[in-house]
Amino acid sequence: MYGWIFRTLPGPLWMRVILSVILVLTAVAVLMVFVFPWFSQFNPLTDSTIGSP
Amino acid sequence: MARSTLDAAPGHAAAQALPQRRRRTPVQIGAQVLGELLITVGVVLLLFVGWELWWTNIDSGIKQEHALEEFFSDVPPVTAAPVPSAPAEGTEPPAPEDFGEPAVLPQSDLVGTFAVVYIPRFGENYSRPVTAGVGTDVLDNLGLGHYPGTGAPGEVGNFALAGHRQTHGQVLDQIHTLVPGDRIYVQTRDGFYTYVFRNTEIVLPDRVDVIAPVPTQPDAEPVDRILTLTSCNPRFGAQERIIAYSVMESWRPVDAGPPPEIAEQVARAAGQG
Repeated sequence: MYGWIFRTLPGPLWMRVILSVILVLTAVAVLMVFVFPWFSQFNPLTDSTIGSP
Repeated sequence: MARSTLDAAPGHAAAQALPQRRRRTPVQIGAQVLGELLITVGVVLLLFVGWELWWTNIDSGIKQEHALEEFFSDVPPVTAAPVPSAPAEGTEPPAPEDFGEPAVLPQSDLVGTFAVVYIPRFGENYSRPVTAGVGTDVLDNLGLGHYPGTGAPGEVGNFALAGHRQTHGQVLDQIHTLVPGDRIYVQTRDGFYTYVFRNTEIVLPDRVDVIAPVPTQPDAEPVDRILTLTSCNPRFGAQERIIAYSVMESWRPVDAGPPPEIAEQVARAAGQG
């Protein structure tokens, strides 16, 4: 799957390497900014309140 | 990429077209995609752990700074008023002056970030904003949250706060290190309230009576001015809750300046230090 993505990217090797790095960083940023904060509300391990407000 | 095998057998290489890759059955392709996906899930889970344990603290720290700035922009700047000679390290603070009945914020003013808490036991620079509400929007971003409907600072009854023990700023990480007699200071726009730590208690998460006006006695008529802190217990777990009770000792109106013991911390939190 990742091999296919790498081969599909346009340009010479150096350009595909740079594009891959950008893709990985974008994925990490989307996870940290949107996915994790949303998912965090379902994490019972950080619940510090009494009852269920 | 598949060239290496072709290079090894130059005789064949000319005949075989270069892009002719080793043919794989759909099962092999499926297994490879599945494997890559599983590795991805593992990496994402590790990333989540890193985000939760490390990044949320940085993120919450920045947001709490902003909340403090906002609080102090509304509060008249408190210059470290007539400070009688600072007490020497380790000695008991001088007997607090009596300023009469404490001013109490009306419930309708308990919105947004309405107070700052100083707990010297948690560190020289420990000052954390207090924001109305105990939803994830408050606790995950702004540190301490005030249970809606519980008392205001200085009020007869129970001023009840929640905060994370781990992650998201971990404002109450050191809650188990409080020693009876430790001072907890609360600043509002009206002044400074000094609470004295009394005891901790570890309870199950459904014990809502700990934030009753008289903790654990929901039907009793309140006489004391209680400050209750709740956090999760054990550290890195949430099977129980750790509750810390303090009782108000004295208060100082805002014109009298902060209690001398924390004058420096107040100035620092207000960005004047």
